[in-house]
Amino acid sequence: MKARLLHPVDDFDWQWALGAAAERRAARGGRHSSRIEGFDPRKGLPWNADALVADLSLNALLDAMAPDDDYVFEVARKILLTGVHGDLATIRYRQEILRDCLSCPAAVREIYRVAVDAMEKQGWGYLGFASVRYPDSMLRGAIETMANFLGHLKKLRQIADAHAPQFASEGWIAFFRMLKRDLDDAYFSQVEDHLEALKFRGGEFFSAQLGTANKGGNYILHRPPARRWSLRAWWASLFADKPPVYRFQLHPRDEAGAQALIAERNRAIGIAANALGQSADHVRDFFGMLRAELAFYVGCLNLGDQLAQRGAPICLPLLAADDSRRLSCRGLCDVALALSLGRRVVGNSANADGKDLIIITGSNNGGKSTFLRGLGLAQLMMQSGMFVAAEAFCGCLCNGVFTHYKREEDARMESGKLDEELGRMSEIVDHLAPHSLMLFNESFAATNEREGSEIARQAISALVERQVRVLCVTHLYELAHGFYDEGLENALFLRAERLVDGTRTFRLIEGEPLATSFGEDLYRRIFDEQEDGDEIENEKGHAVAR
Amino acid sequence: MNSCSILFRDATDRVPDDRCEPPDFFGDLNLGQIVAAVAAGKEEYNLKPFFYAALRDVDCIRFRHEVMQDLEDARLLAALRDFALGMRAVRDSLARLEKHPYVHQKEYWFLETLARYGEVVARLSSDLSAAGCRSRGFRAFSAHLMQYASSATFASLVDEAKRLKAELSAIRYSVVIRGSRVEVHRYGESPDYGGEVAATFARFQQGAAQERRFKFSNATEMNHIEAQILDGVVQLHRETFAKLGDFYAARREFFDAAIVAFDREVQFYIAYLDYIAPLKKAGLAFCCPRVDRSDKEVHGEQVFDLALAVKLVEKGAAPVCNDFHLKGRERIIVVSGPNQGGKTTFARTFGQLHYLGGLGLPVPGAKAQLHLFDRIFTHFEREEQTSNLRGKLEDDVVRIHAILQAATPHSVIIVNEIFASTTLRDALFLGRTIAAAMIRLDVLCVWVTFLDELSALGEQTVSMVSTVVLGNPAQRTFKIVRQAADGLAYAMSLAEKHRLTYAVILGRLQP
Repeated sequence: MKARLLHPVDDFDWQWALGAAAERRAARGGRHSSRIEGFDPRKGLPWNADALVADLSLNALLDAMAPDDDYVFEVARKILLTGVHGDLATIRYRQEILRDCLSCPAAVREIYRVAVDAMEKQGWGYLGFASVRYPDSMLRGAIETMANFLGHLKKLRQIADAHAPQFASEGWIAFFRMLKRDLDDAYFSQVEDHLEALKFRGGEFFSAQLGTANKGGNYILHRPPARRWSLRAWWASLFADKPPVYRFQLHPRDEAGAQALIAERNRAIGIAANALGQSADHVRDFFGMLRAELAFYVGCLNLGDQLAQRGAPICLPLLAADDSRRLSCRGLCDVALALSLGRRVVGNSANADGKDLIIITGSNNGGKSTFLRGLGLAQLMMQSGMFVAAEAFCGCLCNGVFTHYKREEDARMESGKLDEELGRMSEIVDHLAPHSLMLFNESFAATNEREGSEIARQAISALVERQVRVLCVTHLYELAHGFYDEGLENALFLRAERLVDGTRTFRLIEGEPLATSFGEDLYRRIFDEQEDGDEIENEKGHAVAR
Repeated sequence: MNSCSILFRDATDRVPDDRCEPPDFFGDLNLGQIVAAVAAGKEEYNLKPFFYAALRDVDCIRFRHEVMQDLEDARLLAALRDFALGMRAVRDSLARLEKHPYVHQKEYWFLETLARYGEVVARLSSDLSAAGCRSRGFRAFSAHLMQYASSATFASLVDEAKRLKAELSAIRYSVVIRGSRVEVHRYGESPDYGGEVAATFARFQQGAAQERRFKFSNATEMNHIEAQILDGVVQLHRETFAKLGDFYAARREFFDAAIVAFDREVQFYIAYLDYIAPLKKAGLAFCCPRVDRSDKEVHGEQVFDLALAVKLVEKGAAPVCNDFHLKGRERIIVVSGPNQGGKTTFARTFGQLHYLGGLGLPVPGAKAQLHLFDRIFTHFEREEQTSNLRGKLEDDVVRIHAILQAATPHSVIIVNEIFASTTLRDALFLGRTIAAAMIRLDVLCVWVTFLDELSALGEQTVSMVSTVVLGNPAQRTFKIVRQAADGLAYAMSLAEKHRLTYAVILGRLQP
């Protein structure tokens, strides 16, 4: 039984989510968590996950998806950062499921709650350390846990019976069909029968084979015969050939022998405890997987509620083929900004269909970085099957999102600033592939404009030539205008709008890059009494206000 | 049964096994380190005595070279390793067997051990015949082994053990425990209930689950309840256990002495080959040298210090190789030149080559011709010893005197920086006198010294010098060469560094 709500065929790595959620819970509580053996917090995440989280303010988005649920947080983080590559069908599969979730949120949250309850109220008696030595207590714990799970399975079946007709997507229909098929009444009574038999009221019965050192090996547990006395069986046994039997009884004062005999009985009980314990693990894992896959959609519901409160639009993006080079949006909001401001933000529209190079210039505090981040987030959200915060959005899947942002001076003083930037860029180049999305935010500005522009020109030209889509926010006029002068068909130039009186609209308009004329500003600041004086101090103040 | 030893041509070449003390020069030449590392992990074979006794006869050396040439066949070497592991397992198993208090368990382990021994012997026999060895050593042993492996005694031993074991492992029995009462039955078909439970819940499995396994002790010992259950099984299967008891009583001494000896002796070669394997992999050459008693012309090409090379290769570095030769009446190599330049290493190399050559082993170098020495003497600088109350100079003279007394024309002497604790005049005087005595003795010698003058005492002495990099006297090359001692050597560029220029990025993102 598989939930299959994130992918029609593949499993989600729900065990990773379990480990990650446990670590996050411990960290938030200021406790030290002992890491689950073999848990790798970076498993499956792209190498630049930390940079993406920081540069795109991803945590603001994740906090809105998971206000109080570490599990939802980690699942969403993983899915957003991993993304689906080159598989439109899976994205559409998720979009359909999400559409159902948005129309029946109450039922989805109820199923999620059953999975959470099952996971959190399970008896731990069959897992504890002590039970490793005492299979009988492990078996009792497993029976109790299984009885508990049985209750949750029945509840799941009831929800399926009540709500299945309201769901229309392929994923949900398959899920409910599976519950009806695999969790029928006959199955439930079979389970109850086992739980009774495993109490071994009639003694333990097993067989073994002579193995290493002539000790027993290959132990097999047998179901003890029902010890109901019947006349016919008794009568038959009187005349049957009695097979040879060797019998012995423990001496009442032989304590070592009593221990040894318990060890023998435990051979049988251990097998039963293993089988039922393993079975309980399977049922727990089923709920674990269900919880993890639903966590993503519950996160989407939470985010949808938050965005609705701030008047931000949401839509399921339209997906185009990978190499169609489509990218257009109407009323695209930066989710991170919308969430942190707590009010409606200005949406941007752009049509970059067929464009491989998008250069964004313009005055400070004009919404350049916000647009870049909004677009990067929208790409990640689209690529994970989520809705995006826009009135309309059309794009194609990319081969990974990469960010190269201006950073603080390297604290270790090991490398100069430009050296550090170039080192980071080189590392990115190591991971780039055609159809990657590369976001530059004021890169290569750690040297003078002429040199910075030249380095950036060479790097960007090469990337575009190798089919990497480049979005570049820059103050390097020589760089921006250099590309503009080339008259490239596949380049789009956007400029933060600034009205004649200096007001920013936070809208981006298409147009030729304008010289920022730093020298002129400076000249004016000093000679013409500061017309635009606070512009420089306030640099980025708007976009980074959090 | 020593007629087919893999180490010695015949019993007369054999050195006594009880020689456990290394020769005096082992420490100075770092041979102690080498032998310790070679023998490490092979303590059970007691290999060190073999390394403490150099051979005295050229044909004995050739005998070992032949074996070494056979061992160049990787399949043969692998087969011998398997054999060694197998024999070790057999020995360990016999030792463990004795510890079991229950006789039916002992008997079981005996069967296991025999089965293993049978496999090991049969396997070696077929591997050796497939290898087509040419050395006298391997041919003699192979002949013995074929004969043993095809003997009726060996066949019955192995077959009977196999049959008994198969009979035992076919026995299945049932146990019913009700409170303190236990019944043991012959097994009657009954379904696997654990499997039934697991099958009921298998539908919930989410991929590979961590397997839950109640850990039963794997100890092969039994407690008395288990023994009682086994007694029950014995009662139900009397014939099988009777045969088992008879077999154990009759076949306890089963080892063949020649195979046991071979198992130990062949490790002499394998241990050395294992030790030099990383060096060969790093591209360093080894060769079987020509060794001669009558000739004192010696030479070596691309030779190096084995102990040092092992350390360097571990760190990913490579040793510097050197060449040397002595022709005609040349006997003494006088090594001078800047310190830390590899002089002592060179002297050790010379000594190691001779000693390893005398053991019949391949030596570190591409090509070598060596003298079959009777003894090797070393005189290296020692810490001042307060116990003998002699000054350092005096100690030096006493030691060199003892060496000259004991040395013969067939000896090899390595002298390293002596007479450093006196005036130059004294040192020169002593040096010349001792060199003259060596020349008279016609002994082979490498002498590391700061006294340039010693290198030009006559046609018997040859000067070799440690060298430095031209134009940078602080940097050593570690090359020792034959020559007269002379007593004396940033915006676009950053982008290029990070491989971020246009053309380079295009190349890096090559589709």
